[in-house]
Amino acid sequence: MTAETMRQGFVRVATEALDGHPKVAVVLADITTQQFRESGALARHPDRVINAGIREQLMVSVAAGMALEGMRPIAHSFAPFLIERAFEQVKLDFAHQGVGGVLVSIGASYDIGAYGRTHHCPEDVALMATLPGWRIHVPGHPAEAEALLRDAIASEDSIYIRLSERENREPVPTGAGLATIRSGSTGAVTVIAVGPMLDPTVESLADIDATILYTSTVRPFDATGLRAAAAGTDIVLIEPYLEGTSASEVSAALSDRPHRLLSIGVPRVEHRRYGSAASHDRAYGLDADGLRARITAWLGR
Amino acid sequence: MQTKVNDDAPPADPAYGYDDLPRLITLMTGDEKHSFSATSTLDVLWVLYDRVLRVDPARPDWPERDRFLLSKGHGPMAYYAILVAKGFIPEATLSTFTRYNSPLGLHPDRMLIPGVELSSGSLGHGLPIAVGRTLALRAQGNASSRIFCMLGDAEFDEGTNHEAIAAAARFGLEQLTAIVIDNRSSSLGWPGGIDTRFRNEGWSAVTVDGRDHDAIEAALLVSHPGRPHAVVAVVEPKS
Repeated sequence: MTAETMRQGFVRVATEALDGHPKVAVVLADITTQQFRESGALARHPDRVINAGIREQLMVSVAAGMALEGMRPIAHSFAPFLIERAFEQVKLDFAHQGVGGVLVSIGASYDIGAYGRTHHCPEDVALMATLPGWRIHVPGHPAEAEALLRDAIASEDSIYIRLSERENREPVPTGAGLATIRSGSTGAVTVIAVGPMLDPTVESLADIDATILYTSTVRPFDATGLRAAAAGTDIVLIEPYLEGTSASEVSAALSDRPHRLLSIGVPRVEHRRYGSAASHDRAYGLDADGLRARITAWLGR
Repeated sequence: MQTKVNDDAPPADPAYGYDDLPRLITLMTGDEKHSFSATSTLDVLWVLYDRVLRVDPARPDWPERDRFLLSKGHGPMAYYAILVAKGFIPEATLSTFTRYNSPLGLHPDRMLIPGVELSSGSLGHGLPIAVGRTLALRAQGNASSRIFCMLGDAEFDEGTNHEAIAAAARFGLEQLTAIVIDNRSSSLGWPGGIDTRFRNEGWSAVTVDGRDHDAIEAALLVSHPGRPHAVVAVVEPKS
């Protein structure tokens, strides 16, 4: 039996939530509707599993409208269609109306590289981070995604969960903050790995003295945890989406301390490439070899 | 969902009638002639609040109430005047219109005004949200409340309305009524009529004189089992 992907886990957890909680609703725009049919949710809860067809703006507004009537909606699609295409709906129809909701995306930065630019979304977290009040989760393992989904559905807040086909070998029980994966010596570089970037980060630093921190929650950013863990002045931030997305959070957390920051992520270039996600990682220096080369050069070793 | 208790709601004052609305609007706009964006909606709003909507200013979150969503939030003075006349806003608040700390801006905000069901301004959000609210009423077994959403013929240009119109008909949203105030302000127009666009998707739809109170009332109360209903209220063209 192959392990469950984050997306499969999402369908299972959301189906259980629909079965157990009469206020939960799932709103779709075709994508993943087949999986909710197969899970039985569509047949059991036809009034609470809503497929709007290929109408992502409507999907988000419908979810918000259901929240305005006291329900707990989950809207779901590929990241570029959920977040970028429907961004004004995300901005105005939830927090501005005084209600919360759960947005769950798949596809990440370029999970399916061969789909091309239209289905790639390195910008989603940066965009969501411009909005007040949203919690943003980037799980690195299906077990983390499941825990975050359960918490999100039980909450009343506005929460974005970015699922990916990329995952680390083992989950990290993080809670909302930064977890210490490895402690370096006093003054060693502090490396923050977000979500699926943990495994390549650990591999890249195998023989380098470094403190490695990990989080699946990038907003709110754990400033207190970073201040406590970062003993030295060198900070490296490694994110699986647009380079520098959380750089301002790191700078704000350490604003009263001398420090320097290397932000690593997906570069802001027109990615007119297909291939696999791994080939994109290689091209952008986000595999272990690429990370190692950039970090050691920056450290001057 | 939080329950707001509107302790400040003045008692419904039978002294406020339709003839008071111009005076109430003038409290916001001064003596300058107010624009048609304020007055194009006036008669339909009045008929809604005076004859159709089941709402209660003392209980603005009453679960069994009807929901009115003003999607065309631009030019809300007629709306505010009627909310005063029907006891949701104290008359004295009108003099604060558009000030920094006022609850009454140029676009209404549901977080600032009791009884306002939608924070609007950016066009094309109300009807999609209304579809979601109607679906939620159905999912939660509320068969008595109705959702009314008012938009303008220029707002009708926004593509999100057409996503909502198609879906609302397929979902058979009988509890939903869309009202389009047609003052011919859409730049590219709607040849063949706005009501046709609804009807082609399976809605019940009627077009009425947007100044004729009895005709507006009758149009709003048309029986439309199993499908949503649209009322296109035609008023004088925007000058």
